[in-house]
Amino acid sequence: MDPLILVSIRNLVKRFDITGGWLDQFRFSGGKISKERTVVRAVNGVSIDVAQGETVSVVGESGCGKSTLARTVMGLYPPEEGEVYYKNDRIDNLSEARRQPFRAHMQMVFQDPYASLNPRMTLGKILKEPICFHQPKLGKVAVAEKVALVMEQVGIDPDWHTRYSHELSGGQRQRISIARALTVEPDFIVADEPIAALDVSIQAQILNLMMDLQEQNNLTYLFISHDLSVVEHISKRVAVMYLGSMCELAQAKELFQRPRHPYTQALLSAIPQLGKAASHEKLTGDVPSPISLPSGCVFHTRCRHTNDRCRQEIPQLIDVEGGTQVACHGVEEGRL
Amino acid sequence: MAFLRKIQRSDFVYYFFRDPIAYISFGILLVLFVGAFAAPLIAPHNPYDPTTIDIMDSELPPVWASEGSARFLLGTDDMGRDMLSTMLYGMRISILIGLGAVLLQATIGIVVGLLSGYIKKLDAILMRIADVQLSFSTYMIAIFIGATFQMMFGVANYEKIAAPLLILIIGLAEWPQYARTVRASVLAERRKEYIEAARIIGLSRLRIMWRHILPNTLSPVLVISTVQVANAIMSEAALSFLGLGMPQNKPSLGSLITSGFEYIFSGTWWITIFPGILLVVLILVINLLGDWIRDYLNPKLYKG
Repeated sequence: MDPLILVSIRNLVKRFDITGGWLDQFRFSGGKISKERTVVRAVNGVSIDVAQGETVSVVGESGCGKSTLARTVMGLYPPEEGEVYYKNDRIDNLSEARRQPFRAHMQMVFQDPYASLNPRMTLGKILKEPICFHQPKLGKVAVAEKVALVMEQVGIDPDWHTRYSHELSGGQRQRISIARALTVEPDFIVADEPIAALDVSIQAQILNLMMDLQEQNNLTYLFISHDLSVVEHISKRVAVMYLGSMCELAQAKELFQRPRHPYTQALLSAIPQLGKAASHEKLTGDVPSPISLPSGCVFHTRCRHTNDRCRQEIPQLIDVEGGTQVACHGVEEGRL
Repeated sequence: MAFLRKIQRSDFVYYFFRDPIAYISFGILLVLFVGAFAAPLIAPHNPYDPTTIDIMDSELPPVWASEGSARFLLGTDDMGRDMLSTMLYGMRISILIGLGAVLLQATIGIVVGLLSGYIKKLDAILMRIADVQLSFSTYMIAIFIGATFQMMFGVANYEKIAAPLLILIIGLAEWPQYARTVRASVLAERRKEYIEAARIIGLSRLRIMWRHILPNTLSPVLVISTVQVANAIMSEAALSFLGLGMPQNKPSLGSLITSGFEYIFSGTWWITIFPGILLVVLILVINLLGDWIRDYLNPKLYKG
């Protein structure tokens, strides 16, 4: 494997069974009782290679599976199919004990700063816990020093370690959330919409903090977001997801200047722009349910360029010029 | 000092002293508790010491009645024991059994609730056990167990183990209350992101349950605990009333009420009425305090 690749996601598939209890599986139809399960296909074969030190963003509308992707990569959900590699080690199928050493390398920052900190623990305790857990040999003083250092890094006064999270504002909480991820000195951080719940003025602060930390600590980010202007600002490469599948993966600049996939084009045209007449490309219809995915290309129900092949055959990611990967029959055939 | 000042300035104390029901109930409860646990010091007689009991003193009315004796403030029971002293000693037993039973219920209930809320595989089986338990009446289970033990140990030996046995019976009969409450809170808490953060750190399930989930589920536990103490004292009184509780020579409030019940129609009303009133007051203040704590801990209710 390419030594520069830090985390590699290969054909990841995650399905959720929402059938409910044992009795709910049985359906009565046409005079027969049949057993049937309802499955949500949240992520369908997504592959991304994240290189050391870069920021890869995953964008898409709500419910497209970007958070599920992030949680599956972190091992919060076991994947149904596919693999996740950290450097050269496959980590998705490890037992909890054998996964332990990788936990220190990979951390996560969550969306909701109000729910991601334990309300019954002081900030000091929240930050101490991961250090004590991963480096049990460290003395009390050393742990306290490390906590103070991390708090300083994220711009929180270390004297606040006796405070509780409810005494902090949303932005300050998110700083603590980032600090918690940093305590174990990871090199890969999954940020699941870390700024979505914050005020616009605070969003910029947190973003800048994350970018500074990336420089200082040589971090690699997998950045989940639905805010395209933020994504353009922070990321080196961008992956666009729609209904659990990846449509396009490209360099950030390339993607924003020359979107290839029809969905990416529609998504980007939705960014409001000053001084320009609205050139908003309107999509018709709703996002289909991930319980019964459309056949062929998942986007064919709403795409203007649909033909028969799109309805039948699932498009694979193909390389096009500029290092872009697109999953679209139209682009492959040169129609678009 | 700083700690005391912190308590003095806390919301809890502020709201507590603004609500007359809260501080009056607490005051009465405090008096009852002190009276019960200091009984050997403050009670005028020792009802457990047969040498001080004279059968000639039996069924004396309270001091204000014409036949009353100044030695016995609230009169005496059918065995010549001083009512006031016996009630204080009896209340001590009732409270101890109530607290002990609640401690047992809470321990079983919290463990079961945490396990079934956090570990999905255990949920179905543990909750079905709780359902089965709940579908029987508490008293039926208690009577069943109590009667079995009485037969096994014989009435003489039963007296020695009556108190711990009652704790066990009442504790085992009501744990599903706790298990269900805790499970419901755990289900709500486990979805929150701080639990996911703890999992990503790599903490074990046990530690997540104990250190992260449990502290966040304790406020409903606190509320039902107050109600359950009152319930347990009631259950004990009911069992004693049925003759399956504390024996006559070590009476709890319930057994005192029973023993007086036989004489109530012959005019000796005080043996039943006084312990009855004491029981009602005890249960009432505990319940009122429990209600108040529930209101205090519920941010959705306006604290006026």
